[in-house]
Amino acid sequence: MATPTSKEILAGLLRQDPRAIGRAISAVENNSASAADILSALDQEAIERILVLGITGPPGAGKSTLTSTIIRALRKEKKRVGIIAVDPSSPISGGAILGDRIRMMDHALDTDVVVRSMATRGRLGGLCASAGAAVRIMAAAGCETIIIETVGVGQSEMDIIRLADITLMILAPGFGDDIQAMKAGLLEVADFLVVNKSDLPGADALCMDMEQVFRDKQEKDGIHRVLQTVASENQGIDHLLAAIKALASHLEASGIKAERRHKAMDAETMDWVMELLRPQFIQAMTDKPGRQDPRIRAKELIHEFSTIQHDE
Amino acid sequence: MTIDKNLDDWQKNELAASLDRFPERREEFTLHGGSEVQRLALPEAIDDDYLEHLGFPGRYPFTRGVQPTMYRGRLWTMRQYAGFSTAAESNKRYRYLLDQGTTGLSVAFDLPTQIGYDSDDPMALGEVGKVGVAIDTLADMETLFSDIPLDKISTSMTINSPAIVLLAMYIVVAEKQGISADQLRGTIQNDVLKEYVARGTYIFPPNPSLRLITDIFQWCNPNMPLFNTISISGYHIREAGSTAAQEVAFTLANGITYVQTALDAGLELDQFARRLAFFFNASSNLLEEVAKFRAARRLWARIMKNRFDAQNPSSMMMRFHTQTAGNTLAAQQIDNNIVRVTLQALAAVLGGTQSLHTNSRDEALSLPTESSVRTALRTQQIIAHESGVADTVDPFAGSYYIEQLTDDIELAAKELIGKIEQAGGVVACIENGFIQRQIEQAAYDYQKEIESGERVIVGVNRFQIDEEEKPELLRVDPKVEDAQIAGLQEIRAERDEDEVQAQLATLKLAAESDSNLMEPILDAVRAYASLGEICSVLREVFGEYRD
Amino acid sequence: MAEQEQKNPYRVLIGKPGLDGHDRGAKFIARALRDEGFEVIYTGIRRTAAEIAATAIQEDVNAVGLSSLSGAHLRLFPEVISELRMRGGEDIPVLGGGVIPVEDIQELLEAGLSAIFTSGTPAKDIICSFTEACRKHADGDTDQ
Repeated sequence: MATPTSKEILAGLLRQDPRAIGRAISAVENNSASAADILSALDQEAIERILVLGITGPPGAGKSTLTSTIIRALRKEKKRVGIIAVDPSSPISGGAILGDRIRMMDHALDTDVVVRSMATRGRLGGLCASAGAAVRIMAAAGCETIIIETVGVGQSEMDIIRLADITLMILAPGFGDDIQAMKAGLLEVADFLVVNKSDLPGADALCMDMEQVFRDKQEKDGIHRVLQTVASENQGIDHLLAAIKALASHLEASGIKAERRHKAMDAETMDWVMELLRPQFIQAMTDKPGRQDPRIRAKELIHEFSTIQHDE
Repeated sequence: MTIDKNLDDWQKNELAASLDRFPERREEFTLHGGSEVQRLALPEAIDDDYLEHLGFPGRYPFTRGVQPTMYRGRLWTMRQYAGFSTAAESNKRYRYLLDQGTTGLSVAFDLPTQIGYDSDDPMALGEVGKVGVAIDTLADMETLFSDIPLDKISTSMTINSPAIVLLAMYIVVAEKQGISADQLRGTIQNDVLKEYVARGTYIFPPNPSLRLITDIFQWCNPNMPLFNTISISGYHIREAGSTAAQEVAFTLANGITYVQTALDAGLELDQFARRLAFFFNASSNLLEEVAKFRAARRLWARIMKNRFDAQNPSSMMMRFHTQTAGNTLAAQQIDNNIVRVTLQALAAVLGGTQSLHTNSRDEALSLPTESSVRTALRTQQIIAHESGVADTVDPFAGSYYIEQLTDDIELAAKELIGKIEQAGGVVACIENGFIQRQIEQAAYDYQKEIESGERVIVGVNRFQIDEEEKPELLRVDPKVEDAQIAGLQEIRAERDEDEVQAQLATLKLAAESDSNLMEPILDAVRAYASLGEICSVLREVFGEYRD
Repeated sequence: MAEQEQKNPYRVLIGKPGLDGHDRGAKFIARALRDEGFEVIYTGIRRTAAEIAATAIQEDVNAVGLSSLSGAHLRLFPEVISELRMRGGEDIPVLGGGVIPVEDIQELLEAGLSAIFTSGTPAKDIICSFTEACRKHADGDTDQ
């Protein structure tokens, strides 16, 4: 089959054609020639209207199950949903197993649930760039809520969370050490703390602990930030969605959403700068091997690079 | 001179000289999972407390077997797992096997039956009658056992999530033969926990599944005292790629969960515990497997006695069925499989199994033909009557190496069970994927060793030949699916529909309450409600589990 | 990255159509492909042909691998191909493996399967077939 042109892909996005959505995201992910055409033609207003939810937490806390349950609840409201499920690439082979898909399979035949699994592909922040583009492509293809789901507590996950309007951190009883490790980082950026599997022993203690961490945020806007769910039994989901909606309106009305989006766009732009410059610098390093201190060498490379740009 | 001094001397002289001239085949000899195989086991391997660790057969801790005379009294039950296509075809195969001297039936159901779908369900497409017999209603079950007197044989049924329904059908078929439930002997697998981690025929979430299991225990206790109400299975865990120690650990951890659930439901330990049976895999490493069976038996006895405070010795006895390892069968040079099966069957017998299924040579290619099944059965008969291993009890006891390995496997399994409990128990470890990941990693490592040639599989990655000859295979006629569906529709047209709906409604109410489901299911089955219809009612109430 | 020299990893979907729960082989292949630099989407067990095809399209994969050990391959593998066609994915190659008798291989190839693997096929051969299928697919896609 001939490869569709970017025009055809764009037309497909408007028709909400799954094939076109998939191909558009691949084009961006692979940095192919048509990516720019596609991205520049996307419907900006659609992008501003949508809500982007980030869901993260340690493996085993029940993120995918919770995501699947949230999808079901949103589908009951007839919302078209997009999901970007992120898994790490192997640093050795560059490959990845994108396993979160398993729990999304119940929605496989629902054309209003658009899922894309993405690997981090070992780029620094680069994933943020392609995931951001994927969000906009899904928005253009009619998705109203887009969920970015990511494992764990690494740097690339932090980057992705920056793309979200609202971030949910999922924990479950029995993850004591992980929680300690996260207090410094992800907990600060999370808007909600969801204690999943709250029927297990230890849930109440975990909630109390978390209430402490979230007290300031909670006092500011009066929205309850620590919530309990049992995703596998569909418990607590309505409460969670109501809280998300309340916060979403608050963020919208107070201008915080717009502010966050601005910051995210800046961060994403920076990521693209790095991503697009990378090959040129790799080339420059190969052309001119050096044994100086890396910092000094980097400065030299940048200096040379900007001189060349000037000359052109 | 003491052993130590002698050992030192031997190492410096004979051993050093030998290693010098003939280096060993490998730098390190290991078992699957990485533990090292020692060059030479020594008497220090045998614990001095014979009574505590070994004791006598038929007596705690049952390391040497569960009966005092073992196979000198009665040989193990030779039980060949069989079933395919329609109930009528399978009935023919059962009667053939009984004629050939098999002493127990073992029913294989097709996948739609195992997952509670009728043959006309869209999910059943292509699977009807493939890996076992298709059972939709009581009518199929009547055909399956026609002309087989159910009070004379013991029947094992490999059925898990919908076990309660198939058991009900079996009871009603017996009823119609004029045989009461208390005369029925046999086993239902009824082990759902391992389905979530290894075999995949789950329907409901873990908690309602455990309730169904407990309902069966509760009903069978007084009504079916000769029937084993569960067969706690490591077989499939091993097939999925676990190590021997993991097989023991995960199986016993599941066993602990079933016991605890039944106790929590108010059942009396010494009432139900003697009807718990186990099911293990016999793989090709003969010595490791013998040690594994002995270790499992001892560990279970200790758990039942120390942890659950069992009083009756028969509650502490681990009785188990064994099947040779399907995953070791090669599709190349298939006659080699007969030899593999012989070694594996020998391990099961030396390990003290109560019943045994031997795989057939052609099972890596398709369902076994009648002649392959006969050879598999003959393998057991040769071990029983010609090899001499059945004439003395636990012949490997006292082997320095076997005793050492028995201790090692018991310890490794015990530690792993401890880890599972620390992490919240089996159900939590299924939900967070801990058990699945352990098995997956072991399977991956094993396969890597085969791919690299480090682990030799004869005829597969070494000693290959060009094979021209195509073996004769048994194929299930694709028309079976249509015929089965037609039969089901006929039953639906003939039965009293109002009665069916009334029984299903009663069942639903019972499922929503916490009353025992056995009676309402018996009634539904008597009315010819189908397996799929009954399971749909339960799905509605319990929900469905997804990986 | 020996097998994959191209700059973007190939994306493949490994699926288990039908009711068979034996996923040891499918999981091994998924990991082996990962170790060769592929991005692998694994569907888990007990999926319908339609679910597998719809997922393959959404995920924009270069190839689909199917595994069945229950003898249902003659019905289920071609079913996945026709579901892919219905969704405009006729260009996506489908490879299959499992307990498959030699005499079924021809029939499956004629039904449109790109390759069939049986018990004992070395992993490196399977990976080679996937690489080949993905390369062809990606080359048809000048965008890659």
